[in-house]
Amino acid sequence: MESSLKNMVLTLFIITLVASGVLGLVYSVTEEPIQVAQQAKTTAALAEVLPAFDNNPAEGKMETEEAVIYTATNGGEVVGYAVETSTQKGFSGEIRMMVGFKPDGEIYNIQVLQHSETPGLGSKMTEPGNKLIVSFVGKNPADLKMSVKKDGGDIDALTASTISSRAYVDAVQRAYNAMQQMLGKSVIDSVSGATSTGDWEEENQKGGNHE
Amino acid sequence: MNKWQTFTKGLIKENPTFVLLLGMCPTLGTTTSAINGMGMGVATLFVLTMSNIVISLIKNYIPGKVRIPAFIVVIASMVTVLQLCMQAYVPALYETLGVFIPLIVVNCIILGRAEAFASKNGVFSSALDGLGIGCGFTLSLTVLGTVREMLGNGSIFGYKFIAGDGILLFVLAPGAFIALGYLLVIFNKLTAKMK
Repeated sequence: MESSLKNMVLTLFIITLVASGVLGLVYSVTEEPIQVAQQAKTTAALAEVLPAFDNNPAEGKMETEEAVIYTATNGGEVVGYAVETSTQKGFSGEIRMMVGFKPDGEIYNIQVLQHSETPGLGSKMTEPGNKLIVSFVGKNPADLKMSVKKDGGDIDALTASTISSRAYVDAVQRAYNAMQQMLGKSVIDSVSGATSTGDWEEENQKGGNHE
Repeated sequence: MNKWQTFTKGLIKENPTFVLLLGMCPTLGTTTSAINGMGMGVATLFVLTMSNIVISLIKNYIPGKVRIPAFIVVIASMVTVLQLCMQAYVPALYETLGVFIPLIVVNCIILGRAEAFASKNGVFSSALDGLGIGCGFTLSLTVLGTVREMLGNGSIFGYKFIAGDGILLFVLAPGAFIALGYLLVIFNKLTAKMK
């Protein structure tokens, strides 16, 4: 077909118009199922990282700047906290994860929700029973040196994925801080002014001075 | 060329990966495991067939000088439709392949087939061509993914057959080139006999 300015403009206009119409239609059809799928994912992750609970943690969630905290109760008693948080320190961008804590701060389980790490290397952080998760589960971050062994900490890094592993540790640390901050706040309400996150900052700096 | 040949030429004679060497970005990038390679192949197969059909339908109405932007709009729309549908109805598959789906837009096989075949042939032949090339692409990506996963991770489709890590190099980018190079040698050796 011969090209003239008129028919070129007209054809492209019609094609883009139809394309945007189709995309709009597909978007409106899939919008709801996508939301349902994402909610199902959060629910599944909660069930994975928390001990057995009988409430709906999504109802009483607390949102802070960098984390969402879900509280799980069983028969009215708090059995754990799940903290959803993220870090930008990954090898190729953001890593989002959900960390489940028992009320005393011990890590119950961890699940990575989203990441774009190198497939076959950093992506191993999502596999069950990987080195990182094994280093964390059943431990309390307060008793751990929160860095990978290469940096003098207690955490086993994934083979050939030190940067991804550092990011993982960073995200767990953020989750722990967020939980402490939340618990600290409820302490402020009832007792005095000191928060527990300040303690960790100091401790961390001391650790840095030793090196 | 009969209809059957239109379909089968994509598998060996005009295999997009081993003969035409097109679409190297997704080929080398996604084949870190057999399942990733296969998923990428199937997603490409879908987009390629759909875009071939649409383009062969509208080919007579597109002025020659704006055909490339017109094709790209069609292909990009197909990819977005695919991405939204996967997100909504097969979230588990979207988890593993999500980051690679937008890459399909820049896969030059799709634009290549639109330009070389769909814009010159009827709807049925174009659909067959898309299916054939798509199957060829899926097969070669699965083979490449399997080889890299076996050497790099000691597993096939996620099933471990040796303990430990394997040769990490093959999971990384250089390993992709090495594995592809040797597969090309084998492929050429085998097809040379057929000729």
